[in-house]
Amino acid sequence: MAGTGGFTVSGYGPERSTMSRLFARDSILRRLDWVILLCALALSAIGSALVYSATRNRTELVGDDPYAFVIKHVMNIGIGLALMTATIWLGHRTLRTAVPILYGLSVFLVLLVLTPLGATINGAHAWLVIAGFSLQPSEFVKITIILGMAMLLAARVDAGDREHPDHRTVMQALGLATIPIMIVLLMPDLGSVMVMVMIVLGVLLASGASNRWVFGLLGAGALGGVAIWQLGVLDDYQIARFAAFANPALDPAGVGYNTNQARIAIGSGGLTGTGLTKGSQTTGQFVPEQQTDFVFTVAGEELGFVGAGAILLLLAVVLWRACRIARETTELYGTVVAAGIIAWFAFQAFENIGMTLGIMPVAGLPLPFVSYGGSSMFAVWVAVGLLQSIKVERPLSA
Amino acid sequence: MTNIPETGRTPRVQIRLVIIQILVVSLLLTLGGRLWYLQVRNGAEYAEEASGNHVQQVVQPAVRGSILDARGVPIADNQTRLVVSASRTDLMKMRDDGKGVLDKLAGVLNMTPKEVGDKVRLCDSKTPQPCWNGSPYQPIPITDEATPKQALQIRERSEDFPGITAEPTAVRRYGAPGKSNTAQVLGYLSPVTDDEINKAKDSESPYLRSDQVGRSGLERTYDKQLRGKAGVTRYEVDNLGRVIGKADSDRAQPGSNVVTSIDARVQAVSEYWLNDAMKKARDEFDDNTGENYKADAGAVVVMENKTGRIVSMASNPAYDPNAWVGGISGKDYARLTGKKSNYPLLNRAIQGQAAPGSIFKVIPTTAAVHAGYEFNGRYPCPSSYSIGGQVFKNFESQGHGSITLGQALEVSCDTVFYKLSHDQWAKDGGNKPKKDAKDWFYKTAHEFGLGKETGIDLPNEVTGRVPDRQWKKDYWKANKDAWCKQGKKGGEYAEQIAYENCLEGMKMRAGDSVNYSIGQGDTLVTPIQMATIYSAIANGGTMYNPTVGKAIVSADGKRVEEIAPKSHGKLPMDAALRKDIDGALADVATKGTAAWRFGGWPQDKIPMHAKTGTAEVYGKQTTSWFATYTKDYSVVMTISQGGTGSGASGPAVRKIYDALYGLDEEGNQDLKKALLPEPQKSLPKIQPDGSIDAPKVKPYKPAKPKPPTEQTELAGPPANGRRD
Repeated sequence: MAGTGGFTVSGYGPERSTMSRLFARDSILRRLDWVILLCALALSAIGSALVYSATRNRTELVGDDPYAFVIKHVMNIGIGLALMTATIWLGHRTLRTAVPILYGLSVFLVLLVLTPLGATINGAHAWLVIAGFSLQPSEFVKITIILGMAMLLAARVDAGDREHPDHRTVMQALGLATIPIMIVLLMPDLGSVMVMVMIVLGVLLASGASNRWVFGLLGAGALGGVAIWQLGVLDDYQIARFAAFANPALDPAGVGYNTNQARIAIGSGGLTGTGLTKGSQTTGQFVPEQQTDFVFTVAGEELGFVGAGAILLLLAVVLWRACRIARETTELYGTVVAAGIIAWFAFQAFENIGMTLGIMPVAGLPLPFVSYGGSSMFAVWVAVGLLQSIKVERPLSA
Repeated sequence: MTNIPETGRTPRVQIRLVIIQILVVSLLLTLGGRLWYLQVRNGAEYAEEASGNHVQQVVQPAVRGSILDARGVPIADNQTRLVVSASRTDLMKMRDDGKGVLDKLAGVLNMTPKEVGDKVRLCDSKTPQPCWNGSPYQPIPITDEATPKQALQIRERSEDFPGITAEPTAVRRYGAPGKSNTAQVLGYLSPVTDDEINKAKDSESPYLRSDQVGRSGLERTYDKQLRGKAGVTRYEVDNLGRVIGKADSDRAQPGSNVVTSIDARVQAVSEYWLNDAMKKARDEFDDNTGENYKADAGAVVVMENKTGRIVSMASNPAYDPNAWVGGISGKDYARLTGKKSNYPLLNRAIQGQAAPGSIFKVIPTTAAVHAGYEFNGRYPCPSSYSIGGQVFKNFESQGHGSITLGQALEVSCDTVFYKLSHDQWAKDGGNKPKKDAKDWFYKTAHEFGLGKETGIDLPNEVTGRVPDRQWKKDYWKANKDAWCKQGKKGGEYAEQIAYENCLEGMKMRAGDSVNYSIGQGDTLVTPIQMATIYSAIANGGTMYNPTVGKAIVSADGKRVEEIAPKSHGKLPMDAALRKDIDGALADVATKGTAAWRFGGWPQDKIPMHAKTGTAEVYGKQTTSWFATYTKDYSVVMTISQGGTGSGASGPAVRKIYDALYGLDEEGNQDLKKALLPEPQKSLPKIQPDGSIDAPKVKPYKPAKPKPPTEQTELAGPPANGRRD
């Protein structure tokens, strides 16, 4: 999805005028939402420190180099920033035209996961391993669902044909989302499915679709949840996670272990924490998946309430600014895309942190910006690029 | 164009965006609240849990302290032995639960596979000994007697013996210096149980999985001092138990040594002569039962009068306390706890109780004086005393005319006490007791400390029993159903007794109080109670709590904590009465019932006091009792089903005194041969390095008895005197 098309298509003058354009009063740089950018960067920086602390002595992962994971993590951030920049250059409106291709590509990738090319990592069959790089296509599906649904729902409204999306459009949009969600459910990557359902809900809400659809979807979600439970789509380990959530004392050595150890880690941090790399739960590797899904426990233990609270605050600022962007943009398309991103970030952060705090069941989801993991990092920075693009409101190129 | 606002949104969308914003904020506030709750409100709790999580302890067991005799001779210490142990955890991981390995091991150790298998099985309600009653996570000792060759075989072929270790380990040794055994006083150790670990978890001295715990005797009483404190090194570990750092370490503190008042030599002498007396009793014919005396159990106590300290305490049958070391074998356990062996684990000096017979008489004598009778008054001593047709005979049906209470002690006249006790019973209302019954004879027994523990520093002392009115009532309540079922009017003796008991067993009958007055019937005492009473008569009236422990000496010798004598009261007699009784008891030794056993005794140099006793037990042979004292020591001996007091126990008690004071058979004293002419006051010498000097102890060899001369024949039992 990345490319240098923005430079060639724009047809602007030589480099010098590009520079002056950048710093002009109404330039892109001036109109960017720097608060979101800085907060996201701060989260990534904190994430790097936490990833370092969580992996520096995991010799089975990092070998002799305690920085092995941090270096990859920082590289991922760098690639994420590049993808964000590219997204801003292209602009969300340009991308709107490419939605069919992007959507098709992402559905193709998630389908590939179901073929022998797919790999199971940590119990979730959600990965593609290509040439030594592992890729989680469901992360990109989140973006294409947002863009695809927004395109369909906002098309006739933005064209001024209708005040709100009609039932047919809504059905089309839901159909578009349902295909990849079903595939991801088959993996089964339940965490991603939950996030996608929330994205669909957020998008529908913001699109102004009739209340019937919103409540209908809520009801369908509840029914779907029951059905998933009853039909045995879930693997045993996923059911066990839910059971352990309901009663953490159930099996402290087994399923309840993660949640229990996570809670001990966070709780023991107290107000100011043990200091980076000084946490016994982290150093002793009592919490599994601590650089990815359970990265928040490192913050809780080593940075304490102050540090963990800071992460919450930074996320809150990002989401607050995103809400403002959603409200202030002129087109429904931008509003819907921003709302989808808000729903995505908010729910994924709530689920991820909530499970470490013991108020949500365990599901394999990374904490946006903070957790280690390339696919997730790229996806969230592309999302930041989309938010910036909506804020900048650059006119449709070409 | 419709009238869409410039921002391109309808009010519906606008409202929904606000709803989204509110939802987002509330989600984040939820997280923040929960975070505060976990970290700030309950942070301390979780911090504690985290520290328990990542710290593992490595335990260096403390060396158990030694138990020493009064001169520093170790009677229990430690020895390095090659111990072969099996890790159950490792064995259980094998496909055949380790059976193959254990069978192979049995071959190396010259044991049968069953023996080895029994040692490593876990004890439960259905598994008889031998079995392992310690923690299943702890290495289970299979033998502590491995030869270096066996140990080497196991170590060099460690791949053939997974989960098996052979290591030098300090194990308990009961060295029996001078052939003294002291088994029941020392007690024994066995592995700590899970229950005990849990109970002691939060106490000051928690147990470790590998701990051995004192189960009886001194090992139990002084367990805490002997045990010391294990060294604990705490390592920080990761989730797989790998060490990532050292948290802190406490050095092991070796246990303190306990110096006792036991003299190993006197102990050996006591054990030898107790056993000898019992052997000789078994050669004696009992006219009453028509068979030889069984002499199935006995005990002797030698006590310091002025402190209550125990110089020796022997109980027979005995056993080798080393049987417990390294886990007891099934055969040994069955032998030690079986009826056939007559329960050698019991310390009969404190746990054996029997009717005292005539050694009880110092108590009714005192009671009579309290009740108002003159000590030197004259009381008839006929050959028998009858109450309502029932005849109570004097011992061997002898009469002595009119005598004083002192003479009644000297010749052990029963009928004097029958009458006094009967009169008092009648005065107290007889069968219809008054509300304010004086009960002199019973009250006095309680004042002598009977019916309750003496407080000796050994566990599980029994109380004996004073069969007073309250006890009769309680006993009747507990047994009336059985009595009334069994009882038959005019039936056999037992049925007749049961019938009477059923009807009026709750009452104190005339016969009860008459029997009681001479220490027969339902009265029960322990040898240690009688030793306490007689040594109190000797020391002027102070009843000391008998003690075996004399001092606790820390392993480095820097802290010495003496265990001071404690008393539990004074005898209920004034100085004059004490002097009268003291004189009468001396007369017992010189011209009374014990005189024939003290022929040639240097009474002027070492005044001897004695009281004999022969207690009748329904359905059994008589219990022999002999209570004696000199200025410094009291010696009380008893032999169950052993015959008369002076007859069965007399010679042995004399031999113990001979050894203490260095006397030969004619009563000539040789202080060089005297083991302990005076009580050992000082503690053994403690060297600057904490080691304690111990003199060598040679095994006790009794002097060969001289062929009986005419003189000793003449000193035999008095032709017309009583010899109970």
